[in-house]
Amino acid sequence: MNTPVRRIAIAVMAMILLLMANLTYVQVVKAGDYRTDQRNQRVLLAEYSRQRGQISAQGQVLARSVETDGQYPYQREYPNGPAFASVTGYYSLIYSAGGLERAANDVLNGSDDRLFTRRLSDLITGRDPSGGNVVTTIDPAVQQAAYDELSDSGYTGAVVALQPATGAILAMASTPSYDPGPLASQSATTQQDAWAEYTEASPPVLTNRAIQEVYPPGSTFKLIDVAAALESGRYTPDSQLTAASSITLADTATQLQNFNGNQCGTGQTASLRDALQRSCNTAFAELAQQLGEEALRNQAEAFGIGTEDIAIPMTVVPSTIGDIESTAALQQTSIGQRDVALTPMQNAMVVAAIANGGRLMAPYLISEVQGQDLEALDTTAPDQLGQAVSPGVAQTLTEMMVNNENSYQGAGKIRGVQIAAKTGTAEHGADPKSTPPHVWYVAFAPAENPQVAVAVLVESGGDRNNLAATGGAVAAPIGRAVIGAALRGSQ
Amino acid sequence: MAAPEAREQAGPPTGRTIELVLLAFAAVLVTGALVLVEANQEQTLTLDLLLIGVAYLALLVAAHIAVRWLAPYADPLILPAVALLNGLGLVMIYRLDLAKADRAVALGNDLPTLLWPRQVAWTGVGLVLFVAVLWIVRDHRKLAAYAYTAGFAGLVLLALPGVLPSSISEVNGAKIWLRLGIFSIQPGEFAKILLIIFFAAFLVQKRDLFSTAGRRFLGMELPRARDLAPLLVAWAFSVGVLVLERDLGTSLLFFGIILVLLYTATERVSWMLIGLAFFAAGGIVAYQLFGHVRTRVQIWLDPFADFDGAGFQIGQALFGLGTGGLGGTGLGAGRPELVPFAESDFMLSSLGEELGLIGLAAVMVIYLVLITRGLRSALAVRDSFGKLLATGLAFTLALQVFIVAGGASKLIPLTGLTLPFLSYGGSSLVANYALVALLLRISNAARAPLPRRPATPLPPIAEAGTELVERPS
Repeated sequence: MNTPVRRIAIAVMAMILLLMANLTYVQVVKAGDYRTDQRNQRVLLAEYSRQRGQISAQGQVLARSVETDGQYPYQREYPNGPAFASVTGYYSLIYSAGGLERAANDVLNGSDDRLFTRRLSDLITGRDPSGGNVVTTIDPAVQQAAYDELSDSGYTGAVVALQPATGAILAMASTPSYDPGPLASQSATTQQDAWAEYTEASPPVLTNRAIQEVYPPGSTFKLIDVAAALESGRYTPDSQLTAASSITLADTATQLQNFNGNQCGTGQTASLRDALQRSCNTAFAELAQQLGEEALRNQAEAFGIGTEDIAIPMTVVPSTIGDIESTAALQQTSIGQRDVALTPMQNAMVVAAIANGGRLMAPYLISEVQGQDLEALDTTAPDQLGQAVSPGVAQTLTEMMVNNENSYQGAGKIRGVQIAAKTGTAEHGADPKSTPPHVWYVAFAPAENPQVAVAVLVESGGDRNNLAATGGAVAAPIGRAVIGAALRGSQ
Repeated sequence: MAAPEAREQAGPPTGRTIELVLLAFAAVLVTGALVLVEANQEQTLTLDLLLIGVAYLALLVAAHIAVRWLAPYADPLILPAVALLNGLGLVMIYRLDLAKADRAVALGNDLPTLLWPRQVAWTGVGLVLFVAVLWIVRDHRKLAAYAYTAGFAGLVLLALPGVLPSSISEVNGAKIWLRLGIFSIQPGEFAKILLIIFFAAFLVQKRDLFSTAGRRFLGMELPRARDLAPLLVAWAFSVGVLVLERDLGTSLLFFGIILVLLYTATERVSWMLIGLAFFAAGGIVAYQLFGHVRTRVQIWLDPFADFDGAGFQIGQALFGLGTGGLGGTGLGAGRPELVPFAESDFMLSSLGEELGLIGLAAVMVIYLVLITRGLRSALAVRDSFGKLLATGLAFTLALQVFIVAGGASKLIPLTGLTLPFLSYGGSSLVANYALVALLLRISNAARAPLPRRPATPLPPIAEAGTELVERPS
């Protein structure tokens, strides 16, 4: 009977090996799927049971975890949530995370490599492990001003404010916004209700319009035309272009008109300076035809348009000027229409580069990563992406933009501060003539020593019925208020 | 002549010292595990901890002394393996108690009943039965004389919950319990051992008949029906009862054990093939007939199709195992309490989450040591009944581990059973201690020196024949 017993012993070993093989499959091969499955609460439960780091701006807390007596030891809080939601994002047990909460998750939950020595010492000293803190570049006063200006008027839109010299993001607002608080609730019902409300909201509230949406830039794109013209060396602000109220697009029967069908000034021709100030479409269509597609495309790329991997650390949706398949298309492109589509962040980068002597800086939101005890572990160094235009061209562009601003009407002019600006009014939609246009205002100030560059976008003129909305009337006052808030802080 | 004399006086090594050292090692491991749980759960060292530790140590020492006294030549690895598994189980049950209490406090519910004091008590009862079996059964061969009694008692125990009213026999849908006041036992766990004794004895008695008398069929020699009848009747009865009691795991267990005993006794692979064919047929019939069998198979194929319903348990168990990964979260640092029945049916996923694949591999190796040591005793023991009994008992442990661990990790469909010595459950623990006592008894018989034969007396010199010696030249 010994032979069967030996065989049974072998069978038993085979059974145990089979079990081990299957356990290896479950615990190694499939482990990642199981661990990150949305229905697996373990990882988030573990995160809720240790203190997640805080997100702050100039000493003001934007997001923090506080101890509670509830089901889980810690509760995420967002003081003044809606105004800063486009920066912080949300952190939810059921719906994961968004915004900076997602992009900086490794630091906040303590798993980032920069926190390694800290974790090690926590392990040895038996201190509760906790996450690192993220200090943002946001200036809370500027962010608040941008959010209030947009939301008080009930606008759907976005504002980005950059520090031209570094690329630091001083404000990044998007309206309508949402309160991240309910999404961090320990009650599943509260989370579910809030999520349903936010995802069904129209216009959408969870979208960060500053970096996740692209819009036709309209006349603000003419800054790039002028930059390309000046860079070519063949044009000066006094170069003459057509002043016709309307031209026929090359090789087509389509008419291109100036705003309201106006003549560009009084003469037969207009200078480049005047054309930019009056935003004459016909002059720029002619200019683009003279410059050619390549010059325009190169200039756009030099300003960062088309760059795909911009992360602040949240990913910025790439902007584009489109395919430009004909001269007519090039003429339309030159006035920021057709397939041109920019994020407000990208448009802010354009004016920030002009303000910074042509140096294009990488925008960034995190200025410092801190350990649990607020000691700095890593400080972000400004990063130059390239030279968009020469310093001389930047200077000339600045002078032309100062000329623009001084001719613009609209509220909110700041006494004693010279702003350099460009407005934009971009048609969009299936029926452009009866859809209110998107309106823009891009600017920086003070012109002689720029401290802040802003891009303001208001979707559909802020009002579905306002067909006559313009960048100057709707967007410019917001931009000026944001600049005012920024300069008050820096003085 | 002095040296061999001394060796004979000392006898062959008993292995008791090795056993003691290994038991001490198991105690150290279990204590370390407890301290880890306390540290990770941020508990201060409590009196409870001391109580578990002291109770566990006292039981180990008592078991060791009993073996030293009653079965001095028994295999030295079996008891330490059992002690380590039982200790790890206690630590995990204690750890799950802490988690459930925490959750109850956080949710403002009443505190749950603590399970660890019960499991410590059951461990005590188990060891009392362990010593009793070693003490009463001095020679395992005597058990064969009670084969039919054991078989009958086993069948009665098995069928008892089925015929008793549900109020005292049903828990969580399975009608396999006897609830006597505060005590609940599963008589099936004990029936298992009694029936193995019956089958082993029966097969030894009729062994020759199986291999000689009978007709040839498809190249296999079948025994006469009347020789096989009692075995088939008992087999069919036990599996049938369990199927009716909806205890799929135990019916699978019985089926497998009897098949293996039949194969061991007859040394014919054909029995295995016939058995597996029957199993396949039975499986198909059960799948057609019983809704709960179909449900089990569907959950096995895709537990996540109905995650919030029938697939919840196995889904949570897989999440636990996956979250544990290779190294585990560390004892006390995971969330094993999220899995329903984490301390009984899903003990494997609880351990897998906190100890990881590496920890589970270690646990599997301990089981393998325990089982192969049992089979080794079967090989070494000299009587056929002992061989069959030891094989049956050791294989019971193996099959039970396979069915439970395979079920909890989605290798095979889930059927409710407990991991021997690790899972919470009084009947299983106590019955398995009795099982191990029998294994130790058999291994003692296998390893003990043969009683010295009385020397055959030499014939007196007067009766010796004479020899013709060549005359020297």
